Amino acid sequence: MRRYAYLLYIQLKASTLLAMQYRGDFVVDLLIELVWAATAVVPLFVVFAGRSSIAGWTYPEALVVTGWFTLLQGLLEGAINPSLVNVVEQVRKGTLDFVLLKPADAQFLVSTTRFQPSKAINAITATLIFVYAFRRIGHGPTAGGLAASLLLMVTASILLYGLWILTVSAVFYVVRVDNLTFLFTAIFDAARWPSSVFRGVAKIVFTFVIPLALMTTYPAEAMLGRLHPSSLALSLGGALFFAVFSRAVWVRAIGKYTSASS
Amino acid sequence: MSVRGTVKALPTLLRVAFAEAVAYRAEMLVWVLATTMPLVMLALFSAVAEGGPLGRFGQAEFIAYFLATFVVRQLTGSWASWQINFEVREGTLATRLLRPIHPLLGYAVENIAAMPMRVAVSVPVAIVALALVGGRAVAHSAGAWLLFLPALVGGWLLTLLANFIVGALALFMESSVKVMDIYLAAYFVASGYLVPVELFPPGARAVIDWLPFRYQIGFPVELMTGAYDGTLTTAVALLARQWVMVCAFAAAAAWVWSRGIRRFSAYGG
Repeated sequence: MRRYAYLLYIQLKASTLLAMQYRGDFVVDLLIELVWAATAVVPLFVVFAGRSSIAGWTYPEALVVTGWFTLLQGLLEGAINPSLVNVVEQVRKGTLDFVLLKPADAQFLVSTTRFQPSKAINAITATLIFVYAFRRIGHGPTAGGLAASLLLMVTASILLYGLWILTVSAVFYVVRVDNLTFLFTAIFDAARWPSSVFRGVAKIVFTFVIPLALMTTYPAEAMLGRLHPSSLALSLGGALFFAVFSRAVWVRAIGKYTSASS
Repeated sequence: MSVRGTVKALPTLLRVAFAEAVAYRAEMLVWVLATTMPLVMLALFSAVAEGGPLGRFGQAEFIAYFLATFVVRQLTGSWASWQINFEVREGTLATRLLRPIHPLLGYAVENIAAMPMRVAVSVPVAIVALALVGGRAVAHSAGAWLLFLPALVGGWLLTLLANFIVGALALFMESSVKVMDIYLAAYFVASGYLVPVELFPPGARAVIDWLPFRYQIGFPVELMTGAYDGTLTTAVALLARQWVMVCAFAAAAAWVWSRGIRRFSAYGG
């Protein structure tokens, strides 16, 4: 366990050093993140100009969901995406051999090869959105609500990571999935609104199949102090299931790997 | 680089590019599927419309608007900026420079050749849209449909030329992908792609009217969904403004490209 913590530290340090080489990029990234945050906030601003609540959410409440979306998008693009795009490349070139030869768990190694520290900006943007939203609401989140939302952030990260591992496991079977990663990011865009705006089939899919509701809407509800305990239980169970299931699929998939070289 | 030589080369170029588009059809399908944004926006606006219409938009109008957005985005899409960036970095731009046609024309041809496949994907969506809203929310005047075609071509040209301009910046600054990222975010917000331009407050609309983004996608979509059925003169004025922008963009693209290409040096062989 300590060895893995140390390994994680080394990998993080390497990524940070790599990113520090391009300081100008960091400033540009900051600007880009702010502009992209606007794409999530502007539509809400427009639709709430004429009415006070949509699908049971007021403007500041919907902003809390946007805050969680921004935070998780940062996690996805900063910590999950870069490494796993790398795996796809390694499987195609056959260089995954070098990873498999190392005396540590392969899933751990491939998941931590690359980070994009500049995406931490999203955490700042999200905090700004939270502060603004709760000032408009008039009172801050309760301690219990905050604790529950932090717990849900952990389960959301596990869900996101599990979904990613499942996507990447597909690479051992079909090889060409590099633009599947874009598809995944595009689907994640649906998480920017409270899940109650979705109806019918979309609602079921986004709760149980691709659990976007569990990632952004539930933490926001917890923060607002109106999450039903059963939803919390569903999130915990869902995260546990995804963690176990994705691990099992990964282990099976890696067995399919045949080196591409020589 | 004579005009006659270029015209003579066009059919072959198109055929080659089309074959390429067919070869990578699965990849293209994923790209099309990844255009989920109009549908995500539609979900939000449908929930809004349940509490009563917003401006001229009820449920049916929103469905028509965002499915039209999806279709127009497919037909006006361009990825030349990323392509130019890639080729500048890898040095493969050199092979393009050797050909006896203008490189920008080469990119444009590749874009056109992907059109038939994109039409094949978008037309079913358009038909589904028509079936869903029953023709209520699409343009009824023949004039609007007549203006739609030049507006669509103009929108495509604006997108393509913007891609050229930003792509050519890569010749000055190694990589202009991030510039494109900012352009894209501004385009999302101010083009009518996320929010119909009509729903913006008047102050914001006045600014958007003078920015190029709306003429890339919002304007053809508005024509298609009948926003100008009663006010065709407004539409003609907007069309004129769009084409003035096309000309300005073309001049800018040619200028940036001819300046930048002198700085290009290929690596490898």
